[in-house]
Amino acid sequence: MDQVKRQSLSVLVDNEAGVLSQVSRMFSRKGYNIESLAVGTTEDPTISRITIEVMADEKQTNLLTNQLRKLFPVHSVKILDLDKAIRRELVLLKVNANGYDACNRIIQIANIFRASIIDVSKTTLTIAMIGDASKSEAIIDLVKEFGVLELVRTGMVALERGADTIYEATKEKGEFDYGKNVL
Amino acid sequence: MQLTGSKIIMECLLEQGVDTIFGYPGGTILNVYDELYNYSDRINHYLTSHEQGAAHAADGYARSTGKVGVCFATSGPGCTNLTTGIATAYMDSSPIVFITCNVNEGLLGKDAFQEVDITGITMPITKTNYVVRDIRKLADIIREAFAIARSGRPGPVLIDIVKNVTAEKTEFTPLPKEEHSKQGRLGSLIKRASHDLKTPEPYLGDIDILVDMIRESKKPLLICGGGVVRSRADKEFLEFAERIDSPVSITVMGGGGFKGRNPLTTGMIGMHGSQASNMACDACDLLIAVGCRFSDRVALDPKSFAKQAKIVQIDIDRSEINKNVEVDHHIIGDAKRVLTLLNERLEQQSHSSWKDYVFSFKTETEYDEGGNTLTPKQISDAIARICPQDTMVATDVGQHQMWVIQHFHYDYPGQLLTSGGFGTMGFGLGAAIGAKIGNPEKTVIHITGDGGFRMNCNELATEQFYKLPIITIIYNNQSLGMVRQWQTLIYNGHYSQTTLDRGPDFVKLAEAYGLGGKRVTSVAELEEALKEALAFGRGYVIDCAIEMDEMVRPMVPVGGRITQFLIDS
Repeated sequence: MDQVKRQSLSVLVDNEAGVLSQVSRMFSRKGYNIESLAVGTTEDPTISRITIEVMADEKQTNLLTNQLRKLFPVHSVKILDLDKAIRRELVLLKVNANGYDACNRIIQIANIFRASIIDVSKTTLTIAMIGDASKSEAIIDLVKEFGVLELVRTGMVALERGADTIYEATKEKGEFDYGKNVL
Repeated sequence: MQLTGSKIIMECLLEQGVDTIFGYPGGTILNVYDELYNYSDRINHYLTSHEQGAAHAADGYARSTGKVGVCFATSGPGCTNLTTGIATAYMDSSPIVFITCNVNEGLLGKDAFQEVDITGITMPITKTNYVVRDIRKLADIIREAFAIARSGRPGPVLIDIVKNVTAEKTEFTPLPKEEHSKQGRLGSLIKRASHDLKTPEPYLGDIDILVDMIRESKKPLLICGGGVVRSRADKEFLEFAERIDSPVSITVMGGGGFKGRNPLTTGMIGMHGSQASNMACDACDLLIAVGCRFSDRVALDPKSFAKQAKIVQIDIDRSEINKNVEVDHHIIGDAKRVLTLLNERLEQQSHSSWKDYVFSFKTETEYDEGGNTLTPKQISDAIARICPQDTMVATDVGQHQMWVIQHFHYDYPGQLLTSGGFGTMGFGLGAAIGAKIGNPEKTVIHITGDGGFRMNCNELATEQFYKLPIITIIYNNQSLGMVRQWQTLIYNGHYSQTTLDRGPDFVKLAEAYGLGGKRVTSVAELEEALKEALAFGRGYVIDCAIEMDEMVRPMVPVGGRITQFLIDS
């Protein structure tokens, strides 16, 4: 058995109803809980990019990837090398901020993390922060003492560093397209 | 011209050359059936007793003719009744387009009468599926659906059309089939593939590697899988096998891909594989599987499977590579094309001592004859003696299925129609109906057990109405034989809910449907009944008495090494 670790998959799909459900079904069928999921359109509005993170070993990840590639609405899938990928998520935190002192301390923490205060009320502050998983964990941990009222994360989005893209035509991609080719 | 959605469906079916549909009407699909009425001179619709029967009939039609089957059903229970048929087709890569209608768009999601999310339900059992809410997309979607169903690895596709679309009108431009891939959804699907050829070529480098591996091999074994049948690559496969001079094992789905009487045939491989097949698999140094996905019934224990061999997989579906068994080399492509390329490059090989070793083992099981019952081999042999050699055989699932695959020798792709992947009891009669409609000149035999037959014997009404002279042969052992066999061997003889000591009288049942029937207990009676059935001109049911404790032999237990026979032949 290979080592189970965090796997990040980038999936290009048709921007159509039902596609996300088809993609996520592949994970639930095998019993994988999706750790993080982010979807949005790409430079081409008819195509969406899904970034999915799961805990799985390499062999299972390859199997999942192959099953995904078989789906007609899926254009391509790439397993990202976590050491060579930039991964970011947006976290919104609504924190109790009762009194001048608490407010000040929260703003200071936000500044250190280069996060922004995007909303304020008499008793709360809402922080928006972009970062990788460890940065999110760190800020959450620091503001905990004030009382976190609500927290929402977008899920990781990721791109490879350097000039490599998901669009590269590899022999493997050609092989998958072979089965999808239509006469 | 401005056409209604229903008329567009008919025109699109004609574009595809469809003249045969199986189905069952209902509330939401009424507009389509109303239009079908106007097209009845060009499109024959066959009304079955149940939607499941229609799905299996479309499947049998598709498998036996190589064309795309078409099946209609209404919303709600109409389309959920299709699901077993859709899954059966999906697991065995059979091309079918299912057209279902749903409630009006405004009612979708409101739990309206007979509303169900059929595209959600069939997502895991179709190659792809569609909901049509916009009439302007209807023609384009139907064209894409047919192309997807028949190309690559074939399979079922479902189109769910909301009722209002079938009544609305839009501009329709007829388009010949050859033009479909140049525009619309299909055009963009092809464009986005990394090569835009209509028929892509396999990688020649991969072909050359395999040719070298074959030259080095001393003990090669070929597996003929369902892909050879779907690709109708039987001639190319025969040349390939003869060129390598290699024994050939056949999977359940591969039946008909390689002639069962060919001297290179070792018979079936896997759980109920012959001694020769399974011993060869264990001892070979090169295993070439063509269109075979190494299911758990073939590669029972993936780790010890062909463990002395380099394994090579030839498949059209890249996701099958390394899925069940880790392979040493693979070639992606259509079996027909890959085998042609291999044959062009490969010179004649000879492996006589290896063949001598393999064929020192039995290729067929032997039985004790005598008593008041028939042995499985006696039935297959009697059919082979009395019926034409090109008789098509549709089976249900269980012992009779294994027996008729082990002992009846198939000569061409599409001759054997069986639910190998999904294992659907009740598949046979519907499939036989579809096969007979698609191949009216051929004799079609439906092989079933007393359990499987009772599941969908309502289709005898369809057989009678359309005057289809199908011969049903029931291997009647008064039990769910395959489950009983497992209970005997693995569950200490606890025959929990497997004894079928109950009706009906199958001969009387056949008569009630207006068909002929006879119960037989000896070879002479069976031969006589078969002759009578062939001359009868209508459907005929032959109820054959089988010994209750007859087993399918040999048998390798689930997950066992392929030579670890639990019972021998």
